[in-house]
Amino acid sequence: MQLGRVVGTVVSTRKSDNIRGLKLLLVRQVSSANAPLDNYLVAVDVVQAGVGDTVLYAEGSSCRQTAATDKRPVDGIVLAVVDTWEVDGREIFNAARGEGAAA
Amino acid sequence: MKPGRVIGTVVASRKVESLTGVKLLLVQPLDEDGRPAGEPVVACDTQQSGPGQTVFFIGGREASLPLPDPFNPSDATITGIVDAVTRDVP
Repeated sequence: MQLGRVVGTVVSTRKSDNIRGLKLLLVRQVSSANAPLDNYLVAVDVVQAGVGDTVLYAEGSSCRQTAATDKRPVDGIVLAVVDTWEVDGREIFNAARGEGAAA
Repeated sequence: MKPGRVIGTVVASRKVESLTGVKLLLVQPLDEDGRPAGEPVVACDTQQSGPGQTVFFIGGREASLPLPDPFNPSDATITGIVDAVTRDVP
């Protein structure tokens, strides 16, 4: 998985039928140092993430392995909302401190 | 699979149910000399890997298979801890 920040929601009324009913989020990848990277994806949300949340996302056909996305054309999925992460024992991000709200 | 070193941990209390109880670790991919090579990834752990340990992790859909509930969306899972790498150059 990769770390990311939800920077928007994607609304689409005209889309392929087999992705109807799925909530779409615009996610920007962030580095393990919590720096925003130039990589964005439209990912299906299965954990009720919202704009500003720091999340984990998966890519590829693994993303079809949830009840909501099974057998659907989905290759990006937000599968967790991150509370904290640390690198070498040093806390880099903590949602409770409201870090990371700005993309 | 890819070689990597465990450099950190990620805590996510709200996550997809199929990954309940699965530990999430930050893994730095490595080159043949054990130096960092590329952006770290977050991988599910199946080997109680500890910080600093050299491991290898599997990507793609196969990453779901080693986990308790194999129907999960993981795209990176640690499948082994490396004891040694020998490089016998002929």
